[in-house]
Amino acid sequence: MKRLLLLVVALAVPFGAFAIDGDISFDSPAQEARYDRLTKELRCVVCQNQNIADSNADLAKDLRGQVLEMLKAGKTDEEILEFMTARYGDFVLYRPPLKPTTWLLWGAPMILLLIGILGMIMVISRRSREAADSEPEQVAGESS
Amino acid sequence: MKSLKYLLPALLFGLLLVVFYRGLFLNPREVPSPLIGKPAPAFELESLSNPKQSFATSDMFGKPALLNVWATWCAGCRQEHGFLMQLARSGEVPIYGLNYRDERSPALQWLSRLGDPYVRVAYDPDGMGSLDWGVYGAPETFLISPDGTVVYKHLGPLTAEVWSRDFRPRIQEMQGGVR
Repeated sequence: MKRLLLLVVALAVPFGAFAIDGDISFDSPAQEARYDRLTKELRCVVCQNQNIADSNADLAKDLRGQVLEMLKAGKTDEEILEFMTARYGDFVLYRPPLKPTTWLLWGAPMILLLIGILGMIMVISRRSREAADSEPEQVAGESS
Repeated sequence: MKSLKYLLPALLFGLLLVVFYRGLFLNPREVPSPLIGKPAPAFELESLSNPKQSFATSDMFGKPALLNVWATWCAGCRQEHGFLMQLARSGEVPIYGLNYRDERSPALQWLSRLGDPYVRVAYDPDGMGSLDWGVYGAPETFLISPDGTVVYKHLGPLTAEVWSRDFRPRIQEMQGGVR
């Protein structure tokens, strides 16, 4: 039992929350929260399926440093995101802004939903029409 | 009407196949640069060969110019080096280098061993100058117009094919505009 417990502990250790950059000193908990949120919002361009908070790539490290530096310089979240998109494009944002080139991206779920609803209405109305058409016969059949 | 019911899904499936097939040949690493058409970001870095000399973005203005981002750790840079040498010899455009996240002595060794195609090289060991250019992987090559606008960016090794397809027409257009 003791051994099992030891194993569990040993296995749990690697999953502890290790900060990727070691200890960063933040000015305030609020700043830390903003740092966490921003670095999770930004995509790492080198390793594209990771955000810069998770990535070990050198570029991601640089960008984390940049985010921290800008936070400490008192920049707003918008200014920081703008700094990043000016250099790497909207691609770095996991939530790209709504603009003509992204209308389809943002609109597609709505469009698909509408198509689905339209199809459903068509099917239901046809079925009920068919049912209405065949009802008299059925009634006639039942009564006979 | 009945045949449409069977035809439509087949058509949609066909369309989807075409979309997916095309998707197979797209390069997701090629992120369009937001810098195209914008003024070239200013940096002022040390010159690779001489730490006392500085190399600023504006030093490249006046002629159509290339800024080639390279490093000794970058395999693609080794690949394109032969082409860069050839291009430098042709004298078509001045090639400037931006040495990215590298160390000075291996970088200088690389140039003396393989040849130096660059008019000048900026030394950017911590990548902070390159950050402003949106550099995220070497090799990258920017085409800059005489007035200092970023005209085009190529990601990956330069080849003769890329050159004649993407760069030469743009350079000729700029030279036509200047004359």
